[in-house]
Amino acid sequence: MSAPQYAPGKHPDLPAPSTLAGPLAWVRANLLSSPSNITLTLLSLWFLWSVIPGALNWFFFDAVYSGENRAACRAAGEGACWAFIGEYLKLFTYGFYPEESRWRVNLAFVLMWLALVPILFDRVPHRKYGLYYAAAFPFIAGWLLVGGLGLAPVTTDKFGGIMLTLVVGVTGIAFSLPIGILLALGRSSKLTIIRVFCVGFIEFIRGVPLITLLFVASTMLSYFLPPGTNFDLLLRVLIMVTLFASGYMAEVIRGGLQAIPSGQTEAADALGLKYWQAMRLIVLPQALKISIPGIVNTFIGLYKDTTLVIIIGLYDPLGIGRAALANTSWIGLSTEVYIFVAIFFFVSCFAMSRYSLYLEDKLETGHKR
Amino acid sequence: MPETEKTHAELAVKIEAMHKWYGQFHVLKNINLQVRRGERIVICGPSGSGKSTMIRCINRLEEHQQGDIIVDGVELTNDLKNIETIRKEVGMVFQHFNLFPHLTVLENCTLAPIWVRKSPKAEAVATAMEYLERVQIPEQAHKFPGQLSGGQQQRVAIARSLCMNPRIMLFDEPTSALDPEMIKEVLDVMVELAQEGMTMLCVTHEMGFAKTVANRVIFMDEGEIIEENSPDQFFDHPEHERTKLFLSQILSH
Repeated sequence: MSAPQYAPGKHPDLPAPSTLAGPLAWVRANLLSSPSNITLTLLSLWFLWSVIPGALNWFFFDAVYSGENRAACRAAGEGACWAFIGEYLKLFTYGFYPEESRWRVNLAFVLMWLALVPILFDRVPHRKYGLYYAAAFPFIAGWLLVGGLGLAPVTTDKFGGIMLTLVVGVTGIAFSLPIGILLALGRSSKLTIIRVFCVGFIEFIRGVPLITLLFVASTMLSYFLPPGTNFDLLLRVLIMVTLFASGYMAEVIRGGLQAIPSGQTEAADALGLKYWQAMRLIVLPQALKISIPGIVNTFIGLYKDTTLVIIIGLYDPLGIGRAALANTSWIGLSTEVYIFVAIFFFVSCFAMSRYSLYLEDKLETGHKR
Repeated sequence: MPETEKTHAELAVKIEAMHKWYGQFHVLKNINLQVRRGERIVICGPSGSGKSTMIRCINRLEEHQQGDIIVDGVELTNDLKNIETIRKEVGMVFQHFNLFPHLTVLENCTLAPIWVRKSPKAEAVATAMEYLERVQIPEQAHKFPGQLSGGQQQRVAIARSLCMNPRIMLFDEPTSALDPEMIKEVLDVMVELAQEGMTMLCVTHEMGFAKTVANRVIFMDEGEIIEENSPDQFFDHPEHERTKLFLSQILSH
């Protein structure tokens, strides 16, 4: 059979052959493209076959969801003893926050999501007011959680569990980005004093482990402060975690700034834009877009580093879990505790990661070369 | 002294005994140049001769170390106010377009009028559409620069400058990064602009363009202005040996 002939310039667009498109083509190209690929596919299938049923049984089918103690759990089934987690769920969530005031934590949690919506998505109606609200949210949340002004005061040593992780994580994330941007711009400033200060700060932060900074926050700081000043421990931790993350953030953003061709600032200058206008309207939107993977990487790192507060006596979910394991009637259930904590962190971090992919996709304007 | 005042007002750009160094390297040597309002100047010369650097000094993308530059009656000093005033009046078109890739074509054009001239948005959009119409790409207004061809991008860049209503336009090799097919569409826009009386300084090797629109052609080499003449004289009877050599090289093909 000979192919049809077309006059020059008249050749139509023909559909691609079936080996290039469709589900069968996908399977062939991705799973069965070569002998070694076929072997790997088979091995993977065998691996999944031998792991998944056991895991499902442990997690769900043989798991025990209620019981008084470990002995009751073991008597009822072979799988995971989720009754243990259920027993401690409130402690995992709220820490030692007073029972009668926990509605305030719940309310702050709901308000946090309301504040996140206008920040994360740009097609929300009345986004401008949403952003004003988001800017006010840290203060509202602080008031709700700490109390005062009509609410019963709660000291910050009562904070714990997931709530503590969120307080430290969200504060660190919200403040490290702007501080990091200022440090990155300062590092490339023409003014020597600003540049030296920023370089010194960034290098100091990166050269010291976070644990050291947290120890400084918990113990040494009181030597430097005037006697009698009571500087809340959680506040010190928040400041240290934020500064630590902003040092890394600054370097991530500096990488993005260096990727912007000098022609962009030249064009902005030639049009008469002032330095801050050029940065805000031209350079930073592009630099931040390039830096999204690095920024989110830093966010995720910060979020997981919040578990280090255990060192200075604050109880994040991991700390609560370890305390719970010390209870004699539930002893020996560490797998459940660590898996629970791991799932919590994984869900949060995976959500951040997916959002960053969504954002990169949305900001793509076809100038990638 | 009414006489000097008058000449002062007629001069768009006045450069006197200007020198510039990059570190120890003396890039611009004793540059003297006067450009009257409405005059069209083409600057040519071998690469590395300092022609781009010279026109970039006019809107302070490059700093000069000695001599005076007076643009539109305002002297260029370290005073940020003066620099801002001059940049509002001087438009510039770059070799690599330098469009803002994260903004649409229309936003590229309205950005500076809105933020620098403080124009109301509707007015800025209307002006921008008018200029996009003039460079014949109004239908691309809502696309991003990355989706346009090189020639279209350069026309957007010209429109973007014009939206600021400049009194002087600087062109820094506007067609050097373009495919031959696209050079013409950009030159057409520039010729039209010249015919409307815009004061223009163009660094370019488009000799046809120089012959049709330039009032004067300036030849630079090794940081100095070697020769300055009307296009006819320049191309037909160049005075200096260096100019003759340069012309023979670029016109030999």
